[in-house]
Formats: sequence, structure tokens, C-alpha cells
Amino acid sequence: MKSLKRRRIHEKIMEGLLIVATIVVLAPLVIIFAHVIIEGVSALNYDFFTEELGSPSRAMLGEPTGLVHTILGTVVVDLLALAIAVPIGIGAGIMLSEYPEHALNPTLRIMNDTLNGMPAILKGLFAFVLIVKPMGTFSGISGSVALCFVMLPIIARTTESALQGISWTIREAGLALGIPRWRVVLSTVVPAAKTGLVTGVLLAFARAAGEAAPLLFTSFGNNYLPNSWLGFFFEPVDTLPQRLYSLAISPYEEWHGMGWAAAIVLFSFVILTFVTARYLTRHKMQQS
Amino acid sequence: MSELSKQSPDGDELKKEPGILYRWLGDKIFSVVVISLGISIILLALGMAWVLYDEGSLALHKFGFFEFLTNTTWDPAVQLVFGAWPFLFGTIITSSVALLISFFPALAVAIFSAEYAPKWLSSIIDNLVQLIAAIPSVVIGIWGIFILAPWLRDAVYVPIYEWAEASYPALLPILGNPIGYGMATATIVLALMIVPYTTSLAKDAIQAVPKDQREAMWALGSTRWEVIRMAVLPYARGGIVAGAILSLGRAIGETMAVAMLIGNKNTLPFSVFGAAATMPSVIVNEFREAVESLHLSSLMAIGFLLFIISLIVNLTAAYINRKISVGGSNAV
Repeated sequence: MKSLKRRRIHEKIMEGLLIVATIVVLAPLVIIFAHVIIEGVSALNYDFFTEELGSPSRAMLGEPTGLVHTILGTVVVDLLALAIAVPIGIGAGIMLSEYPEHALNPTLRIMNDTLNGMPAILKGLFAFVLIVKPMGTFSGISGSVALCFVMLPIIARTTESALQGISWTIREAGLALGIPRWRVVLSTVVPAAKTGLVTGVLLAFARAAGEAAPLLFTSFGNNYLPNSWLGFFFEPVDTLPQRLYSLAISPYEEWHGMGWAAAIVLFSFVILTFVTARYLTRHKMQQS
Repeated sequence: MSELSKQSPDGDELKKEPGILYRWLGDKIFSVVVISLGISIILLALGMAWVLYDEGSLALHKFGFFEFLTNTTWDPAVQLVFGAWPFLFGTIITSSVALLISFFPALAVAIFSAEYAPKWLSSIIDNLVQLIAAIPSVVIGIWGIFILAPWLRDAVYVPIYEWAEASYPALLPILGNPIGYGMATATIVLALMIVPYTTSLAKDAIQAVPKDQREAMWALGSTRWEVIRMAVLPYARGGIVAGAILSLGRAIGETMAVAMLIGNKNTLPFSVFGAAATMPSVIVNEFREAVESLHLSSLMAIGFLLFIISLIVNLTAAYINRKISVGGSNAV
């Protein structure tokens, strides 16, 4: 065996290397965050939140341009996706957790994991065939459906683990009191797992809200506000991630700044959702 | 109970004590609703596979599956010949090299966070690592386009290119043109993006190592690193490998940042710095502009291939993970 001194030196070297690796891995986060803020903050003015993008000439002539249609479009498309995904995802999660004896349960678990592991772009292609092709036009609804495919498996999985975290004795107590199974699940188990459910929904929302790939062939994008609110559902609609992509690869210098500003908005939204979800989880852990 | 309540003169009492029919019906409706929602996810996954195959079948039948897979020509403009090999190759190279670059740093973060860092620091590190995973791919893409790629070109690629030009000109065709956007940049960004997956799965595996395992080594007078190297890492090996495979799956499917940085060239990549394309990137770049039905179908067929590859990768990781967790529970 090597001498104790050499072993201690070796120990110190390894610890140093681990610290260096950790700093190297975490540094890009700080660098990206700093660059996004520095580059985008100047374009983040009043016009950004109140004006439409319009044609590139508008920005080049110095006329006010902004992404109000993008921000509204994102809100509509994301919320509709959430509205579709939450009941289905939570329902599937309840099936996984509360009906473990059901013959289709193992299949559902495998399929859900498969869906979760699939690249988001494939979900976009699927929504394209399912909605855009029959409708004959790109639309906000098709974007919502594509994002809902991204959210679903995450919500189902987190619901399952949140519900399984609730002790079986609670269910047994309810059933022993003669309360029907559905009431036990809906008024005892689900409320007890509330924090876990909300965390899962928030994480799914944050993940889907940052996706651009599935939206490129579904909600497609639009430089203007629709004429009516219905237009957000049945016409091509702008969303932040997809607009950010278009602005970044556009040849116009003026649009690049707006792309960075869009990155600030998107990044802040995702961080906010993420931090809320983390806070809820920690809060819950402290409670238990 | 229900007999009693039926005899009760008070009408409200009847409402409070639901009958057997109500309970049976309630349970039945609830289970039917919940199970249908579950089945809808099964149908969704199967539907996705079927739709991608069906939409891609025109191209797959015209060229033949094997020919489509191995053909190196992708020409949507003149010959209308479509082969997936350049993109398949680009995807395999970028994602596996990204995994190679990121694996050891990611594992090091997991070890440091699980074994060395005090609890408060460990929780900060975990949150920051997760936050990297939460950055939208397009945000990393815009940062890559305007900051990282120009910096890599000026500070790294051009000096390497000039050195090769002066000392080893034979290397130049392999290096390619150092324009900043190409395989190397896309791979570096991919490596950064998959670190969080490897790290968090590796940390889970390390934390699942039973205490006795470490205590035995401590009792023999080992240093902390020796405990990790000889007692912890061999035990957590399976979980770490499964995590790496899942990260590979993420890299294969990663779309936006790669599409923005890889330079997008439809021929087989021969050079390190040169432009290339991956399966997701070619779909992003060409799908909106594809008018020919054969072109659209070929892109869908690439989607189908991507589906199959992701499926294989995910199932492999799940298989390894399951085998390990069985082993783990036996050992505890």
C-alpha cells in the first residue's frame, strides 16, 4: 500500500479536480444568463410589449416594432395546451397509481415513458398530421395539441409518483368508513398530493413553453395580431420560442436585438416557473 | 346503514346516505373515465409510431428501407433522390461525441455534489444543474449563434487551423473550414445541454449505494476518494451507465440549438469544423418549405427513423436501470 502522505495528496488532487469540473459545468449557465440580459435589455422597451412585429422594413426604418402578438399568442397556445394536458395527464396518473391491478397498467407505463423520451419535434410532426393536414391550415390549436403531447407524459408520471407518496392507510381508512373508492381518491388522496401534482404540472408547463420545434409546423408563426380572438385558435399564431428562432436566423440586425429580448422574456418565464416548482417541492419536504 | 336512512323521516338524511347504486355507479364511471384517459396515452404513443410510418411509407417504399437508410444523396431540388445516411451519420457522431465530452465532467459534478459538498452547497449545485436543463433550446441556440460560435472560431478553430496549415497540411481536409458554425460547435453545445441528465441520474445512482458499502471501506482506513473509487462507483455503475444512455437519447433528439449551429449541409460530413446536419435539424430546416410529396414523405421517414432510434435508446436505458435496481434491492 502506498504511504499515507501520498494517499492524502491523491485525495486532495481528486477533490480539487471535482471542484474544477463543477465550476466548469456550471459556468456556462452564468455566462448564458449574463449574455442574454446584456444583449437583450436594450430592446426590452415599451414598444416591445405593445407593438406588432410587422415586416422587416418596419424595424429598419426605425418604426416602433414589438412582439405583443407573440406574447399573447404564447399565452393562448400554452394555456390551451395546459387545459388539454392536465385532465388527461392527471387521469392517466390516477390510473397508474390507483388501479395498479389493471391489466393495461404496465403497458401504459411503458408507453408513457416512451412518449416522454421521444424528441419533441416528432410530437410536432404528429400534431401536423393530426390537425394541420385535415384543417388545411397552420393554427394555434394545432400548436396547443403539439405542446400538449410534450406535457402529457410528464404530468402523468409526476402525478403517479405524487399519489404513490400518499400512504395507503389513508385510502384504507376512507374505504373502511364506507366511502366509495372514487370519493376516496378525489377528496382524500388527490388533495393530499396537491403540492406534488402542482409541481408536476408546473415542470411540464415550463418544459413545453420552451419548445420551438413542435410549433414550427403547427402554429407556424405570424408577424401580426389576428383580427379577432378566434384567430389565435384557427389561424397561424406566433409563439415566443418559434419567433425567437426566426428572429435569430433572420438576416436583419434590428431583429437580432429583438430576438435577445424575446430570450429574456422566455428565460425569465421558464426560470420563474422552475423556481416556483422547486420551492413547492422543498416546502412539501419540510412539511413532511 | 342505508336501511336506517330510508326509514328516516328526514329528507336530508336520504341525501347524506347514498345508496349502493350511487356508489357502484360512481366507482364505475370514475374507473371508466380514468382508464380511458390512461388508454388515450397508449393510443397516442402507438398513433405517433403509426402516423410517422404511414406518412413516410411513400419514400420508404419507393427507395426501399435499406436503400433509404444507406443512400448518401439527399437532393430535393433536381433529382428528387432521398437518402438518410448523411443525417443518420451526423446524428450519431454529434451525439456520441457530445456524450464523450460531457460524461466525465457530469459524473464529477454528481460525485462532488453527493459525496463532498455540504448539504446547502449540494442543494445549490443540484438546482443550478437542473436549471441548465430548463434553459430553452432556442435560447442556447441564439447564444450559440451570436456569442459562442464567433468566439470559438476566433479563439480556438482559427488557431488550430493555422497551426495545421503550417505544420501538418494533411490535416486540413479533416478539419474543414473554420467558419464557426458546424459539427464541432453543435457538438460542444450538445455536450453542455446533456450534462444535467447525466449528472442527476448519476447522483441518484450514487446516493442509492448502501451505507454499509462505504462504512466497510472507512473501517479499513480508506481516504474519501478511495471509498468513492472502490466502494461507491463500482456499485453505482449500472445506474450511471443507464443515465449516460438516456443522455445520449436526449442528444439524439435535440433539435433547435443543433439546427441553429450545425451549419446545415445535406451531404455526408467529412470535416470537424465543417457544416453538417442531423435528423432533427433537417426536419426543422426543410419541412416548412417541402412541396413535393416525396420530399415531405422522406422527411417523415426520417422522423420515423428518429422514433425507432429513440425507442431503442430509451428501452436499453430502462432495461439496464431495471436490472440494476433489482440487483440493488438484493444487495441491501
